[in-house]
Amino acid sequence: MVNVMDVREEEFINPGTRMCSGCAMALIYRIALKALGPKTIITVPASCLTVLHGMQGFCTTKVSVLHTPFATTGASASGIVASLEEKGLADEICVVAFAGDGGTADIGIQALSGAVERGTNFIYACYDNEAYMNTGVQRSGSTPLGAFTATTPGGKIRPKKNMPKILEAHGIPYVATANGSYPLDLYEKFQKAREIKGSKYIHILSACPPGWGYDPKDTIKLGKLANDTGFWPLYEIINGKLIISKDSKKYLDPSKRKPIQDYFKAQKRFNNISQDEIEVYRRNIDDLWNDFKRRLESQ
Amino acid sequence: MTDSKKDYQKILASVQKPVKGEAGKTGTWSNFKPIIDLEKCIPAKSGKATCFNCWLYCPEAVVTRTIPPKIDLDYCKGCGICMEECPVNAITMEEVKTE
Repeated sequence: MVNVMDVREEEFINPGTRMCSGCAMALIYRIALKALGPKTIITVPASCLTVLHGMQGFCTTKVSVLHTPFATTGASASGIVASLEEKGLADEICVVAFAGDGGTADIGIQALSGAVERGTNFIYACYDNEAYMNTGVQRSGSTPLGAFTATTPGGKIRPKKNMPKILEAHGIPYVATANGSYPLDLYEKFQKAREIKGSKYIHILSACPPGWGYDPKDTIKLGKLANDTGFWPLYEIINGKLIISKDSKKYLDPSKRKPIQDYFKAQKRFNNISQDEIEVYRRNIDDLWNDFKRRLESQ
Repeated sequence: MTDSKKDYQKILASVQKPVKGEAGKTGTWSNFKPIIDLEKCIPAKSGKATCFNCWLYCPEAVVTRTIPPKIDLDYCKGCGICMEECPVNAITMEEVKTE
């Protein structure tokens, strides 16, 4: 486990970005860049992250960034990797695609699946704020059941898409989930992913104050609550082997998990969630962790 | 010919400079600013390089990892995450009057 003093002190984002106050994604991006270091090329589709990079003439980051259309994140990463291989720089420079949940689960899934299937040597990081936050909170494939968005005023009636599972089915060497509230865990995962050859996928839960409806100061607390209730487990799958991360390990015991209502009560988007939906959540969380338990025992 | 080619390239590939405060002085977004009580703050009190939760969790990278930690109020958006994450409650959000 890395210590706070092991984290690189150098900053790769300058202060004074356009992100909302209390944005977990800004924290995730800051920590990820620290782990990746200066020899990194980032490719970004349309998302809140595009806004972070600023307007023409100026930028906020000290690493190279390529802005790409919504559907082509995976393809553009493949292109960058191919050109680096041609120039003999592929071992030196790390290519990272950084996309939101809409750009990953909905619009960009085809390009992502293709790039991963080709075994492109890159990291795909998805920061999941569970809706199209940049355009005004519209529902995405990653929005959880019962959540209010601009296009699901009565609460979403379909469950959240399990992206890490889809990527795992591609048989890639590294799949991980992370959470903005655990920056040291996040740092470690990015460092680990950088050392592995092949396609790597990291799915990061990113709390969003205006979209989820809570006070900006509670960003970290809310992310921790998602872990404590068992809603967002932190794990890694390295070459098919499941490892539950340190911060989530104790929740294999159901009695240690907090009730899921605690997580819903803290956010305005779950104001109208019904008792039936809460029951569905409770069942799903139990199933998820039972699956983990069985898998850990069998491997 | 070479000059015009250079001009052409200049227009196509505009130089993006990394700057501080791309969105202006974001410190003006909120009147509430974090103030560190150095008598409570762990690194300031003990003189050892530990804790630094305020530095680690700051989304805006305005806190420094120094003893004592310093906060750049010109760019701090006043979200209050550092106040919540300080283990000894050394940080309070106070209204800073701007002229």
